[in-house]
Amino acid sequence: MPKIKPEDLNKIAERMRRQTLLREGAGRAKVTVHMGTCGISAGARKIMSTLLTLFEEQNVEDVILTTSGCAGLCSREPMMTVEIKDHTPVKYADLDEDKTRKIFHDHIIGGKIVTDYALGKGSERIS
Amino acid sequence: MMPDEVIQKEANKAYRAHLLICAGTGCVSNRAFKVRDALVEEIQKRGLSDEVQVIATGCQGFCAQGPIMIFQPDGIFYQMLTEENISHLVEEHLVKGRPVPKLMYIPSVDEPPIPKLEDIDFFNKQRLLVLRNRGLLDPEKIDEYIARDGYQALAKALTTMTPEQIIDEVKSSGLRGRGGAGFPTGQKWAIARKSPGDEKYIICNADEGDPGAFMDRSIIESDPHSVLEGMTIGAFAIGAAHGYIYIREEYPLAMKRLHIAIDQARDYGLLGEDILGTGFNFDVSVHRGAGAFVCGEETSLIGSLEGRTPEPRIRPPFPAQSGVWEKPTNINNVETWANVPVIINRGSAWYTSLGTETSKGTKVFSVVGKVNNTGLVEVPMGTTLREIVYDIGGGIPGGKRFKAVQTGGPSGGCIPESKIDLPIDFERLTEAGSIMGSGGLIVMDEETCMVDVARYFLDFLRGESCGKCTTCREGIAAMHDIVADICNGEGKIEDIELLKDLSEAVRDASLCALGGTAPNPVLSTLQYFRDEYDAHINEKKCPAGVCRALISFRIDPEKCNGCFLCNKQCPEKVIHGKPKEPQIIDQEGCIKCGVCRESCKFGAVIVE
Ligand SMILES: Cc1cc2nc3c(=O)[nH]c(=O)nc-3n(C[C@H](O)[C@H](O)[C@H](O)COP(=O)(O)O)c2cc1C
Repeated sequence: MPKIKPEDLNKIAERMRRQTLLREGAGRAKVTVHMGTCGISAGARKIMSTLLTLFEEQNVEDVILTTSGCAGLCSREPMMTVEIKDHTPVKYADLDEDKTRKIFHDHIIGGKIVTDYALGKGSERIS
Repeated sequence: MMPDEVIQKEANKAYRAHLLICAGTGCVSNRAFKVRDALVEEIQKRGLSDEVQVIATGCQGFCAQGPIMIFQPDGIFYQMLTEENISHLVEEHLVKGRPVPKLMYIPSVDEPPIPKLEDIDFFNKQRLLVLRNRGLLDPEKIDEYIARDGYQALAKALTTMTPEQIIDEVKSSGLRGRGGAGFPTGQKWAIARKSPGDEKYIICNADEGDPGAFMDRSIIESDPHSVLEGMTIGAFAIGAAHGYIYIREEYPLAMKRLHIAIDQARDYGLLGEDILGTGFNFDVSVHRGAGAFVCGEETSLIGSLEGRTPEPRIRPPFPAQSGVWEKPTNINNVETWANVPVIINRGSAWYTSLGTETSKGTKVFSVVGKVNNTGLVEVPMGTTLREIVYDIGGGIPGGKRFKAVQTGGPSGGCIPESKIDLPIDFERLTEAGSIMGSGGLIVMDEETCMVDVARYFLDFLRGESCGKCTTCREGIAAMHDIVADICNGEGKIEDIELLKDLSEAVRDASLCALGGTAPNPVLSTLQYFRDEYDAHINEKKCPAGVCRALISFRIDPEKCNGCFLCNKQCPEKVIHGKPKEPQIIDQEGCIKCGVCRESCKFGAVIVE
């Protein structure tokens, strides 16, 4: 193991950032995949693993990925909610891998809501 | 330096949840490692290993509820986990995303469970400086410490400050030793720095001999690097190249984590030669103490380090002038050292904003005894006893009345209910007849006999006196015998004056603070609970119903329905009566063990 210099401390902290943020429950954004029984049978697990892979590949460190129970709209599962800090949460329904990828790039990274797949902002419908 | 690829991959791995299970000694003795293993196995079984990480942390403080676990990022607090709960927990929370209320904290029977850690009074009333990383990191991974600003204070001190500036900063922070006496830390460092000689040492006192205290153990178990970082900064300020950590043998887990931390710090060049490339050299060695209470006293500790009998010696010369191997030596307590990085990082101006006029910063207490939430608590100096006992501690179990708080370890004193609004700092505790000591805090309820408490501590101290000073060796033993006689109903009215005289002699004519403070348990109970002494001596009664020679057990015929439980449980078979009729205790054969009272579901057994 090479000896470190003062500036390496920040590098180590930086590479640990993903872990630190998750542990503090803090981040720029939070993505929740709804994992009720309905969500799981509709394929929520696949959505989750797609997101995890994307996060790793694209080095997204400041977004928290988590799960919650049924969102109450079982017929539209799998669903997820994207919540950018200081913005209203947006729910997406009827997800598949491709949609998830697009939401990841456009909304989670790009900050632009994918209105085509959005169910509503918070609980209101976007039309 | 390019970070090692494996580490990078591990650090980069995205998880959706971190399960931070407490692996402090308290939780471990409640099978926390078994729970962790079950958790890991269940997560594997469900194919979630790539999504969820389980981390064993140091002591998270809420020992009463152990084994405990924090579920992040949701911030959910789970408690009293068993291996049997685990598959349900994984199924519900990890698979279906539904937190499990029945494993959450319930403040009292008629209140709903509180899901979030941040909403639980035990946690949100505390202020964590020394325990800043508790429950947030794996103490066996240095990168996790560094991720939370670890070793930044050391880098700052070594690259931007002179030793004098560091000492000035610690002086202006007002930091006082957390090991007992509360001596100003900066001042002590300045003396050691000024002492002539090139070869100097520092020591971390992790002997922690007070029965029931576990502050220092928990700090080392949960965040060993914070102590190493503080020591390295101190060594640079004082001009020491070597440090000793004197830790008691009874702390295997703390010792293990300390060794891992030292190895990792050496690997990174944070200990050893040319630390952080600055040319500064410093290393530490760990010395295992064999456990006598007096070894915690600094001059005995140094004797023990050198392989001599641990007996206190006359000061001066102070260790800062002549310590280990007769070289200038600076000795500080674990918690004192762990404060240092915080002060250097955040500055003394910020640090002094916490605390009271004379005592700055926070203090860690191990809260035990007759209190609902036993555990490890860090609060700003100046917090009142009431806040600790009621807001954080959750009050007294079983609806019993609060009676006193004993602070300061075996030679501390008892503080009565009338002083429960006392804001605690070094001076105020001394004024109240007790001491801060290292932070032990024992809560006592109405069923505690204060004379018996004094007897208990004298018994401990007479056994731990090293015997060097006659007053301490003979005086404490004599005081113990008198108090024991009072408990046995053989006390005389003159005993009180004799106890006071002996107290003075023991206090004034003993070399070290063991004898110097040994009379505290007697003097403070005499001051606040004189009526209990009088009742024992004059009426031959123990008002709290504890001292066996002075109490008798009786069954109230009005309340007894003859359920026969006490009759069956009595080890001496001296409870007589027919089933379904009131029972009677034969006083002749009764050994006053109290089993009947514990077994009675109707409160029919009375102690008089
Ligand atoms: C009988 C006796 C036992 C002591 N035990 C401890 C101990 O376990 N831990 C500790 O830090 N200090 C203990 N001390 C206090 C030490 O002598 C010393 O004051 C302290 O380690 C200095 O560190 P500080 O200035 O950081 O508090 C004890 C003192 C006496 C008289």
